[in-house]
Amino acid sequence: MTEALIYDHVRTPRGRGRADGSLHEVTSVELATQLLKALRERNELDTALLDDVILGSAQPVGEQGGVLARAAVLNADYAQTVAGQQVNRFCASGLDSVNLIAAQVMAGMIKGGIGGGVEAMSRTKLGHDSGPWVADPAITIDNHYAPQGIGADLIATLDGYTREDVDNYAIESQRRAAESWEEGRFDRSIVPVRDVLGDVLLDHDEAVRPGTTLDQLAKLKPAFEGFGKAGFEAVVKDRYPEVEKLNYVHHGGNSSGIVDGSGMVLVGSEEFGKSAGLKPRARIRSYASIGSEPTIMLTAPAAVSEKALAIAGMSKDDIDLFELNEAFASMMLRYMHTLDIPHDKINVNGGAIAMGHPMGATGAMILGTVLDELERRDLSTALVSLCAANGLGSATIIERV
Amino acid sequence: MRHLNISKDADGVATITLDNADAPMNIISLDFVADMEEAIASVTADADVTGVILTSAKSAFMAGADLKYMVNAYDGMTKREHLGFSQKVSGMLRSIERSGKPWVAIIDGLALGGGLELALACHRRIATDNPGTAVGLPEVNVGLLPGAGGTQRLLRIAGVKAALDLLLSGRQIDAEEALSLGIVDEIAPAGDAAAKAKAWLATNPDPVKPWDVKRAKAPQPLGILVPSDAADYSMAAAMVAKKAGYNQPAAAAILKTVYEGAQLPIDKALSVESKYFAQLLGSPVARNIMRTSFISRKAAEKGARRPAGVPKSKVSKVGVLGAGMMGAGIAYVSAKAGIEVVLIDRDVPAAEKGRQYSAKVTQKLIAKGAMSQDKADAILGRITATDDFALLEGCDLIVEAVFEDLAIKAETTAKAEAVIPETAVFGSNTSTLPISELAKASKRPDQFIGIHFFSPVDRMSLVEVIMGQQTSAETLAKALDYVAQLRKTPIVVNDSRGFYTSRVFQTMIHEGAAMLGEGVPPAVIENAAKSIGMPVGPLVLLDELSFDLPLMIVDQAIEQEGDKYLVPAGVQTLRRMRDEIGRGGRKSGGGFYEYNEDGTKQLWKGLAEHFPVKGDWNIDDLKARFLYTQAVETVRCLEERVLETREDADLGSVYGWGFPLWTGGTISYIDTVGVPAFVREADRLAQLYGPRFSAPKMLRDMASEGKQFYPAGEAEEAVAQDRAELASS
Repeated sequence: MTEALIYDHVRTPRGRGRADGSLHEVTSVELATQLLKALRERNELDTALLDDVILGSAQPVGEQGGVLARAAVLNADYAQTVAGQQVNRFCASGLDSVNLIAAQVMAGMIKGGIGGGVEAMSRTKLGHDSGPWVADPAITIDNHYAPQGIGADLIATLDGYTREDVDNYAIESQRRAAESWEEGRFDRSIVPVRDVLGDVLLDHDEAVRPGTTLDQLAKLKPAFEGFGKAGFEAVVKDRYPEVEKLNYVHHGGNSSGIVDGSGMVLVGSEEFGKSAGLKPRARIRSYASIGSEPTIMLTAPAAVSEKALAIAGMSKDDIDLFELNEAFASMMLRYMHTLDIPHDKINVNGGAIAMGHPMGATGAMILGTVLDELERRDLSTALVSLCAANGLGSATIIERV
Repeated sequence: MRHLNISKDADGVATITLDNADAPMNIISLDFVADMEEAIASVTADADVTGVILTSAKSAFMAGADLKYMVNAYDGMTKREHLGFSQKVSGMLRSIERSGKPWVAIIDGLALGGGLELALACHRRIATDNPGTAVGLPEVNVGLLPGAGGTQRLLRIAGVKAALDLLLSGRQIDAEEALSLGIVDEIAPAGDAAAKAKAWLATNPDPVKPWDVKRAKAPQPLGILVPSDAADYSMAAAMVAKKAGYNQPAAAAILKTVYEGAQLPIDKALSVESKYFAQLLGSPVARNIMRTSFISRKAAEKGARRPAGVPKSKVSKVGVLGAGMMGAGIAYVSAKAGIEVVLIDRDVPAAEKGRQYSAKVTQKLIAKGAMSQDKADAILGRITATDDFALLEGCDLIVEAVFEDLAIKAETTAKAEAVIPETAVFGSNTSTLPISELAKASKRPDQFIGIHFFSPVDRMSLVEVIMGQQTSAETLAKALDYVAQLRKTPIVVNDSRGFYTSRVFQTMIHEGAAMLGEGVPPAVIENAAKSIGMPVGPLVLLDELSFDLPLMIVDQAIEQEGDKYLVPAGVQTLRRMRDEIGRGGRKSGGGFYEYNEDGTKQLWKGLAEHFPVKGDWNIDDLKARFLYTQAVETVRCLEERVLETREDADLGSVYGWGFPLWTGGTISYIDTVGVPAFVREADRLAQLYGPRFSAPKMLRDMASEGKQFYPAGEAEEAVAQDRAELASS
């Protein structure tokens, strides 16, 4: 089997996903275009060497629909021969896009490609793509659909995490993110986003709130209690009868932030690297996807991590750093507890609670972040995973070369 | 045409007057449909007819469909026939809508279910200002959906949100609200309605509905591409889960019908509606609900168990002995039914306190606008609160509701019988003491009977009438006549410990306590019971009851029966809680729950320490245990002749202690599972959890003989008879 090697990765800074966010005026395809251009320029890449660009979006409709990847390829003035494809596995889309490029390389069907994702959440808002799993009563009722935040509160209830536990997790995420920015740990992979005149709109993650305190978070009202009381608590109890009442602990401050952004990873075979004159930085040891119980929704990462480890023939002790998307604080605590991972080995530069979670892009972003960190610390292996809607999850294991 | 007549006036307006020949209410029945089809064809074909007015000769427009016919659909019809029935009625209404002539419905009184569907098919609806005029689609309450265009026309007229509210709640709305939602177009005084209808017809209205104009769009043509609509459907599903749970398919089917139909042109939408209707009609749940809540209940109220040949009696004056919670409630419902009440307690203030209960209830009703001050005054005026037994003179009936103690009851009986007429019936509201035992204190044991009310008396519709060994048929008839006066639902059972309802109800709460003893987490116990449709969990019930009562019953039984007595499953847990841990229920400061000052409660944290959780519980087994323990005990009651009819069993379980209606009751549940499958599962549970689950001989015999409690043949015959009658008429 051909090895799939990572040659480079880039990401945009994350803009607040609101009308006053710095990236709100930038279309999704333009975010992707700027990263494609950056990859070409910083690697002096002959784009004709690329076979495919796969980009994920969790809301692949409207301006994020219609195989955005192909539009971006053409807009970035890549060779016309570069194909494009769109992927949706909800929040894992960005990682799955990288995995699919890698799989094609491993299969020998392509030599090189770019995987990643884009999500301008201030523009294509959560819910613009709904689907049967959230809306068709023929599916939702039997499937016991409940919003993700309810799943997060359910984890806290079942595992006994208090409001203070989850808020403390959030504070640490903020602290780590602020520290990483201060020390410039993200600098080498950030591509500032520019406006039509070429001026920089944003060069840093603008959602981070350094110095967040427990007292500040304590003032925030639980975000999902209204949903629960309106009916979803009944839905949850039918699946989880051990719940007497849901403990509503999640709010905007301990959940992933809504942001705009894009991330991409350049993957190819050894032969591709030679043709392009590039040095590989890491190999993709394995990847996996899995489905898990959909009502709690957010607990796939542990199972999918074990699946990816098994495929790679590794154990969790072989992993130097873990990166798990911080959808909600409780699922982070559950993951660390289930796999027995110390907090100082996971999300060491903070996560989506602090910096935001541009859904379909996040997988590619955090894969890149952890690769940079492996290099900075001179470590070898990392496991990246994300939970995704309706009980899905994906994971990827990389190893520096 | 027996159920309607047609007249024509000089202007070419035909008036079709609905007038059921066989009953005081118009209903959608097979023969009504035949008549109506003929009428529609005739006015459509008649070139002189320019418009049609549809009205009723009854006090209501139309009450709905013939549940007597539909209840037999599950056992007596094929899947094709379920769909065919729906399509026939739906098609008939569509032919009104597409007749090319304008139809006006005049709604004076109720237009419910199929009645409202009929009106919705017309091109204009005029409601009268009669305060009794109301419309609604209550099908969800009998396990069905409106299958003759009701879901689709309503959502097209009133919008998806309003339609879902009405369809899922089944509530009735008055003319004003109907007008605001566009369900009626005009409100007129009853006397003017026909003139208003004619005036509208005189304007030559175009008889084409908005959804039938060319290039008409479906109400939600983009479906869930509209994010707010998608979010609304998400939420609606959760609300269905909260309200209906997961055992009743009707609410879910309504939501699916609205969701799918809103994206389709009308004829496709009607077809989808028919299919979902057919699916429900062919489900045992709809049959169970219709049979118990309508057919059996009505029959019981009309005297199904009343001995024939006893002249009808009427209670004019009742003596209620004991003015506690039960006595006060019995006094209230009796006075409300127009009966003079003498309410007796040991002193006047105690009796007056009981009388004031009626004041409280009526004040609440007045505040809600549900009762007039005059009526409330009259009710209170009919109750005399006293400690003087002499005032019982002239009572037709006594209902004794004093403390549950043989000696006290005996003394009270003697005191009352010293005064009351020799013909008077003596009823005891005991829930635990054997009637035959109490009757020993009576001079006239043949006139002594159990009349067991449920708390709160004004809201619980069931009355369990208990025959003592010597109770006469005449006494039973008189007791049932009294229950009928109160407009309550009677069942008749024979004397035994706990009679029927208390005896079987007890198995459910003991099962919950037993589970706790086994190491099942308490929240799981409560949720398992609620998930099968019990209104509250067994641990809450036990707390409310206090553990003294069930333990006292057990102690008495052990004393009387010794080793023969099968000690209920939860006794050990209850004794430990009360005697060792010192938590005897809510009244004694807390039991399984701890109670907060703000009225909320949570499971007592200490339970985990005293009843350590074991991880091996299986939710499906827990649910089955709640259902089976009650069903098996009910069969024992039938075997022992405590119960004499399957209908009494079903009604008593549903209306006595809240056994879930979707099952139809404890006996219908066994039929729903299937007798052989039930026996197998009962035996499996018996092996795992104890002999209380083991299938009684009666059930084994039925299984081997291929019998069920309500044979499918009964339904098949009924359907065949309905059709034969139709063919011959």
